[in-house]
Amino acid sequence: MTLLFAAADASRLAHLSTIDLVIIIFYFALVLGIGFYLKRFAKTGEDFFLAGREMTAWVAGLAFVSANLGSLELLGWAGNAYQYGILAAHWYWIGAIPAMVFLGLVMMPFYYICKTHSVPGYLQLRYGSAASGLSAITFALMTVLMSGVNMYAMAVVMKVVLGWDINFSMWVSSLTVGVYVAAGGLFSAIFNEVLQFFLIWFGALLIPILGLIETGGWKGMVARIQQNFPGQDFTHMWGPMHSFSSNPMGIHWTGIVFGLGAVQAMGYWTTDFLVVQRVLSAKDIRSAKMAPIIGSFFKMAVPLIVILPGLLGLAVLPMHLVPGGQLQPGQHSYDEVLPLMLVRYCGPGLLGLGVTALVAGFMAGMAGNVSAFATVWTYDIYRPFIKRTAPDTHYVAMGRWCTIIGLFISIGTAYLAMKFASLMDYVQNLFGFFIAPLFGTVLLGMLWKRVTHAAGFWGLLAGTTSSVTMFFLMKFNPRWVAVFALSPEAKGLAQAMYQSLWSCATCVVVTVLVTLMTKSRPDQELRGLVYSLADVAKEEHTSVLHKPLFWGLVALALLVVLQIVFW
Amino acid sequence: MSEKHHIIPVWFFVGVLFLVYGVLILASGLAEWSHPAGTVLAELHAPVWWGGLLIMLGAIYCILFRPGKQS
Repeated sequence: MTLLFAAADASRLAHLSTIDLVIIIFYFALVLGIGFYLKRFAKTGEDFFLAGREMTAWVAGLAFVSANLGSLELLGWAGNAYQYGILAAHWYWIGAIPAMVFLGLVMMPFYYICKTHSVPGYLQLRYGSAASGLSAITFALMTVLMSGVNMYAMAVVMKVVLGWDINFSMWVSSLTVGVYVAAGGLFSAIFNEVLQFFLIWFGALLIPILGLIETGGWKGMVARIQQNFPGQDFTHMWGPMHSFSSNPMGIHWTGIVFGLGAVQAMGYWTTDFLVVQRVLSAKDIRSAKMAPIIGSFFKMAVPLIVILPGLLGLAVLPMHLVPGGQLQPGQHSYDEVLPLMLVRYCGPGLLGLGVTALVAGFMAGMAGNVSAFATVWTYDIYRPFIKRTAPDTHYVAMGRWCTIIGLFISIGTAYLAMKFASLMDYVQNLFGFFIAPLFGTVLLGMLWKRVTHAAGFWGLLAGTTSSVTMFFLMKFNPRWVAVFALSPEAKGLAQAMYQSLWSCATCVVVTVLVTLMTKSRPDQELRGLVYSLADVAKEEHTSVLHKPLFWGLVALALLVVLQIVFW
Repeated sequence: MSEKHHIIPVWFFVGVLFLVYGVLILASGLAEWSHPAGTVLAELHAPVWWGGLLIMLGAIYCILFRPGKQS
């Protein structure tokens, strides 16, 4: 059996024992079994694409967070924590929590009461076919491309860490995902995401626990980091951001607050259908509002298993890790810090649990991609543009086929990425191109009833075009970095923050200008779609502890406390 | 979890996963008790108490959310 998994590679980080393999195989068997069990419940379109809209706030909330907690996310952000220190935690705190609370309290009621199947579906209702079609086509394309690139990147990690053959990793994991999502639709995807959530926590939590025991607690860890990297500040979040040159990321606090917190995070958490689809599966409007808020508490805790292991790596690893592009034989890249820490503390059994958590993370991320792709293709491209009227069973069958087709496109993209390494750089930036302007379009549409169809389309197009243009200008001529990112010292993440900020601003300006030049729709056509014309149910008779507003404020208060503690 | 469909709660599957993993990890920890793996802090026998914790949580979830009880 071991031969099946391993290509003989002496440089691999870890060797799995029989018990580790049993743990991994049991996970595959369980998710396939769940998929076949759930197939009987996914009969109608609402069942298959929205899990019957009957998930509780807890299940929808965990799936919401989990869809974003893929293994590359874990490996990448642990690597970023090693490279940039605790600054990386901004992407989990100010770069997530306010946006999740905003989604729950402000935007979810609109998505929910208009009974849309997707974010492009909302755009269809609010702005018509042009803006919706643009958003749906770019989302569908990007989703499968991202899925393929992530698949390849994960297979590379499995090869480096365990010596697994790349083709074997890609085909086995993606076919498993294809089978259970095609069988149970969003039911399967959500069940798997909840399982993955627990697996990741219990697979990775031992690293910070044992790491803090080894270093003698937080103070001991900080002392060791200062000893290993004298003169560098890796353990403060806001202090080192008073200027671009005073932190390893090359970012100013304005980039974090406005670029990350106000635009990129808001765009991702409120308009990326991959995550919003999980909340749309909630059983009622209160659950839909509570789900992202419940998710925000778990998201706030994720740095414990992602950022802290990266910091502990700075303190305890005997070698210095290097950027992926500068690897020499015998060296390890930043992104390998989490597997290195796993191997450092986990022997047989626990190692299998940790590896299963990584594999499960990848599979859940892919399940999220293909289920979102199937929904957007079927409801926002196929139905409005190709076959307008057909029985519900026809669209469910189309969704099942799309799952399989999306999977094979992803596998094809993975092989393309294998052949053209630079493709990965570009594709990984693709979502950034679309999310920030989309947020501007959706938010203006919800809050301002005057915005017109044409304004929605042209604003979205202008924002997206400006984002792509800024990316390539900065990529090919560093002179532009100082212009768009406000400093020549801004690194990749800092550049992305300002790129988001300016592209959203472009979208808003163009949308407003076109709106002022075009004729708005009558109020009766906008009922339930904009703030001033929506009858959002009030929860006057529920106790304080049952109000989403109360828990949203608690989440924001905790966020403030964390910022002060790690200032 | 389900009102329209009578689906076994996802928490039950979480319980099964924890229970099986707990047993496997605890057994592995006990088997290597006298000659621990060559990992850092192996003397703390993390697989034993972590496996025990998973068994406890798994059992609680399995009992609380067992299929018969839900309906």
